[in-house]
Amino acid sequence: MDYFNETIDLLHKKLADKEITAESLTKDTLQNINDKEAKLNAYVTVNDQATEDAKKVDEKGIEGRLSGIPVAIKDNILTKGVLTTASSKILSNFMPIYDATVTEKLKNAGAINVGKTNLDEFAMGSSTETSYYGTSHNAWDYTKVPGGSSGGSAAAVASGDVIAALGTDTGGSIRQPASFNGIFGIKPTYGRVSRWGVIAFASSLDQVGVMSKRVEDSAEVLTTIAGHDVHDSTSSEKEVPDYRANLNKDMHGVKIAVPKEFWHEGTDPEVLKTVDEAIETYKKLGATVEEVSLPSLKHAVEVYYVIASSEASSNLQRYDGVRYGFRAKDVKNIKELFVNSRSEGFGDEVKRRIMLGTFTLSAGAYDAYFKKAAQVRTIFINELKAVLDKYDLIAGPVTTSTAFGIGEKIDDPLAMYMNDILTIPANLAGLPAASVPAGTVNGLPVGLQLMANSFDEQAIFNAAYALQEENKFYEQIPTALKEED
Amino acid sequence: MNFETTIGLEVHVELKTNSKMFSPSPVAYGAEPNTNTNVIDFGFPGVLPSVNKGGYRLGVMVALALNAEIEKHTHFDRKNYFYPDNPKAYQLTQHEKPLGHDGWLEVEVNGEKKKIGIEELHVEEDAGKNTHHGNSSYVDLNRQGTPLVEIVSKADMHTPDEAYAYLEKLRQIVQFTGASDVKMEEGSMRVDTNISITPIGSDKLGTKVELKNLNSFNYVRMGLAYEEKRQAAILKNGGTIGQETRRFDEKTGETVLMRVKSGADDYRYFPEPDLPAFNIDPSWIKEIKDSLPEPAEERRNRYINELGIPEYDAGVLTDTKEMSDFFDETVKYDANPKLVSNWLMGEVNGYLNEKKIGLLDTKLTPEHLAKMINLISDGTISSKIAKKVFQETISNGTEPEGWVKEKGMVQESDPAVLKPMIVDVLDNNQQSIDDFKNGKDRAVGFLIGQIMKKTRGQANPKVVNKILMEELNIR
Repeated sequence: MDYFNETIDLLHKKLADKEITAESLTKDTLQNINDKEAKLNAYVTVNDQATEDAKKVDEKGIEGRLSGIPVAIKDNILTKGVLTTASSKILSNFMPIYDATVTEKLKNAGAINVGKTNLDEFAMGSSTETSYYGTSHNAWDYTKVPGGSSGGSAAAVASGDVIAALGTDTGGSIRQPASFNGIFGIKPTYGRVSRWGVIAFASSLDQVGVMSKRVEDSAEVLTTIAGHDVHDSTSSEKEVPDYRANLNKDMHGVKIAVPKEFWHEGTDPEVLKTVDEAIETYKKLGATVEEVSLPSLKHAVEVYYVIASSEASSNLQRYDGVRYGFRAKDVKNIKELFVNSRSEGFGDEVKRRIMLGTFTLSAGAYDAYFKKAAQVRTIFINELKAVLDKYDLIAGPVTTSTAFGIGEKIDDPLAMYMNDILTIPANLAGLPAASVPAGTVNGLPVGLQLMANSFDEQAIFNAAYALQEENKFYEQIPTALKEED
Repeated sequence: MNFETTIGLEVHVELKTNSKMFSPSPVAYGAEPNTNTNVIDFGFPGVLPSVNKGGYRLGVMVALALNAEIEKHTHFDRKNYFYPDNPKAYQLTQHEKPLGHDGWLEVEVNGEKKKIGIEELHVEEDAGKNTHHGNSSYVDLNRQGTPLVEIVSKADMHTPDEAYAYLEKLRQIVQFTGASDVKMEEGSMRVDTNISITPIGSDKLGTKVELKNLNSFNYVRMGLAYEEKRQAAILKNGGTIGQETRRFDEKTGETVLMRVKSGADDYRYFPEPDLPAFNIDPSWIKEIKDSLPEPAEERRNRYINELGIPEYDAGVLTDTKEMSDFFDETVKYDANPKLVSNWLMGEVNGYLNEKKIGLLDTKLTPEHLAKMINLISDGTISSKIAKKVFQETISNGTEPEGWVKEKGMVQESDPAVLKPMIVDVLDNNQQSIDDFKNGKDRAVGFLIGQIMKKTRGQANPKVVNKILMEELNIR
């Protein structure tokens, strides 16, 4: 069983009409996942308790729209009783004793967690290549990366494993893999979704979001997982609209800004052409499109890597081998326990960012790096706000290229970091942003990025839905999978 | 060569909350290790802090009682360091914008009054506790996250006596807010000091030496006095003072080198991104200010001026909040303030010292004490019986009035009851009457003894004496 021709709507009808059961659907889903795993490596853990969970849903009866529907969850989101590793050796034995709020909300809605998807270690990376569990593969071309850090979730959705998957996005970790895999992926406004139980990378930037082939399915899932949480003081008390019920593809009168800096020479011209065509579609549908400028974009990567690494260096200090997780053997004293557990437990990319962040917070460097970065961040936020005061959406490319080859950039961290330049702005400003499938270049998908005002996820869903209904990209089966048939 | 001493004090005070500063775990003592904890206290992956507003309120109370300015827009910061009792490897504190600043308190040393400045106060979380047995170390996180307010004095003190007076006054002020128990012996008040000396007239500051392991105010004074001498001896011999942390040794009364400081510790402070910055509403500050309990100083004056308590006694009564509260409560039950004061300072304090316990550890209530005092005042019981009643009520919490009735301890003061008994005794002791008439006063003692025997000791001696004399004089 795969999900290429499915929507949550269709599945719900079949479940409600007892045409299928949650148990049979889950069993088939697990079978399909296991068949593909050797090629994709999309999961750290396939959840063998899922069938039991589905049985319980059947016994209780199908209620809500997510009831009995299998989903995948990124492995940096805590799932009680199901191994949660953040794709790191240091958490390779970590069994959570509590659920993340998003996990709990999905469970309460009756959704079935069929597996924990692979990611770059602690979500630090753009390819899943930094995972302790090996890289995931792109369903359109197995020799390419699926992107990252939510690469496992993207590969799982693109290959038809599940109807939807949760990801997290700190600097583009949902949108870039969504773009590389030809699926929809949304990072909501900072504060829209609770971070309780989400393994922190950079606390002021992290946000949980959803990935699916169809816009309406992400809208459905986001409506379920969003909302205020007493456990997360940074979560918003704003009411959550029913994004799916409110979907409206009418683009008349919608004002779209295109920042000229997003069309810079470093970006693959074919990618830009595909994005231009999508924007033309919006014009055709009645939207107005105007060019704007975001002059501070040139500093975004530096600002991001200083802030994200600083916060990460502090967030990751708790992994010391004392209370849980990997502990180094044969240590002589407490210092050796700390140093050896961390030296052996973290991979190179994580260590690189811990060192960078430790430096940028240190007494001699704080003012020149962390403080300066925070100031530039404020300037950049104001630039974006000024644009969004006048426009409903900002549109542009998500990535500078299509999916790159496995091993192609892993030894060049700076080139890897520059990949994130187009996705970082939304995180720095806390804005909602998504990647919508726009087309393919040489057989590899290209996404269009849409950003909106804080808490106006609906504007993104609506525009994404409008484009989806025009190009019907979801009908395309990823090339690599197709070739196997 | 003479030297000037400069002393600064950093005092950590545990705030009396039911739950921790950033997690809902209970704050309680003596529990099994790691039982008062949850995933937040353990620093599990994915956990987030939430601010205990009640804890912050107590911090504001302390700051206001110390005349500090309250910071209106503030946030928490992370102080990063690795230690097994620090599960997140960072402590939440207020580094950049502390809760309060520029406070002061007034002390009196050798009859001279002096204001000592308070640089700042900030709220932070306590760490857990490490213990070591044999080859193993154990971590107990029950204390992890307990709210603290750290009170940093200005370097305004110049003698160990001033430091001692500052601590006494600080303890009293904080205790009277009710925000903390401020007990050194239980660790709800902890003191670190720094001290430097410099030749008088020199415009250069001396090198600061930090002193730790000061488990009582007395040890603070002793440690500082030792340091003054040690440092002066080094400087007189042409030596230099090292920037170091020293530990006070209670056995020898000396200070011992713990570690030499090589430059400042780098805690990589930065704003806690998991908690939004917050504004303190001026109306909230006003509400807290208005609800502050009456401070010790004001109570003392009230006792002297309104209740006629002698100055010294008023000072003893306001030494601790529990004693002062108890006094006020007892007086509310219509007991004579002077008598209440005498009982609290005499019998009650004697009992507490003997048992080495606190007032609130006993079963005595203000209502019972007031009743007992009133039973004495109205002649219902004798002061001799009162001592028995006191022991009973403080040990077992027994209600005095019912108890003396039940035990038949009520004094007989009614002349109509006593007179026939006295007449009867006299009728049977003609010899004693004769002795009395012949000037032998001890005959009276014998007669009273006989009367008391007859009344099983319950006769009011004053009344007996009066009737007896009347009867003797008419025979």
